[in-house]
Amino acid sequence: MITLNGEPRERAGATIVELLADLGVEARARGVAVAVNGEIVPRADWTRHRVDDGDRVEALSAMQGG
Amino acid sequence: MSTEQIPITDTPFEIAGRTLRSRLILGSGGFRRLETLADAIRATRAELVTVALRRIDPGARGSLVDVLDECGVELLPNTAGCYTARDAVVTAKLAREAFGTEWVKLEVIGDERTLLPDGPELLLAAEELVADGFVVLPYTNDDPILARRLEDAGCAAVMPLGSPIGSGMGIRNPYNIALIVERAGVSVILDAGVGTASDAALAMELGCDGVLCASAISRAEDPVAMAHAIRAAVEAGRLARGAGRIPRRLHAEASSPTEGMADVTPPVE
Repeated sequence: MITLNGEPRERAGATIVELLADLGVEARARGVAVAVNGEIVPRADWTRHRVDDGDRVEALSAMQGG
Repeated sequence: MSTEQIPITDTPFEIAGRTLRSRLILGSGGFRRLETLADAIRATRAELVTVALRRIDPGARGSLVDVLDECGVELLPNTAGCYTARDAVVTAKLAREAFGTEWVKLEVIGDERTLLPDGPELLLAAEELVADGFVVLPYTNDDPILARRLEDAGCAAVMPLGSPIGSGMGIRNPYNIALIVERAGVSVILDAGVGTASDAALAMELGCDGVLCASAISRAEDPVAMAHAIRAAVEAGRLARGAGRIPRRLHAEASSPTEGMADVTPPVE
């Protein structure tokens, strides 16, 4: 079990690219960033970084804001 | 009458060695539709548009980044919503990863009610981000001393507030803004508080190099019309600042000659 943007998901072992696909986002999309347990995962590592049980994954993109 | 335009010369508006043609930076927050945001960008002629970084919304309609790319503007990510230096630094680094830019509008907020900046945390975050190679544009209080400390820390500009974010209260302390301008060696951009065009003109008349504006445009009844108005106000204020206003005086001073008045008093009987 991991949490993806605050929601629990049975996705331990998935790559970042796979988690982004769950959210309907392509890995090559501009304006996306990912942190696991508060640490940034660089784009170059998205195909090989696999999340572990208990990981907190934040997947972010551009939103309107002042 | 000749219709020939008299050329106006102005010094370039520079941040971190980059010259910007537009002295108006647009905040993308508050627009109800992305189409309106795009129209407002064209009306303001802004080259820099701020964006926030938030959890991906799978139900989002339309891509903000695509719209901004189509408009040909640069993204200026912000750290809005951060209450500690640590959160702001991590958010800035995530934004650098997401958008491939070192530029960041640094916000570290002190409380939810006022959304006023937390000075000590802001300075701490600025120092850390400058050391990491960021071009830091801090949203700061209208405090001349804090502005100077931020400049000393290596910030590429300082962005004092006119009044709280989204309040539309204009510039509550024009004397402090003038003091910040007087001492600053980097560009001063008035950020937050603009409610209508005259507020933006005042900021420029006080000597600010630019204005950052979001809610005044995005939440106006007609955002595109207000975008035109605020662009014109920024230009007008800039021109007025360069032109040098007359001093304020308590009593009137006639503009017509006081010499050579006709004697029209009737003859004494």
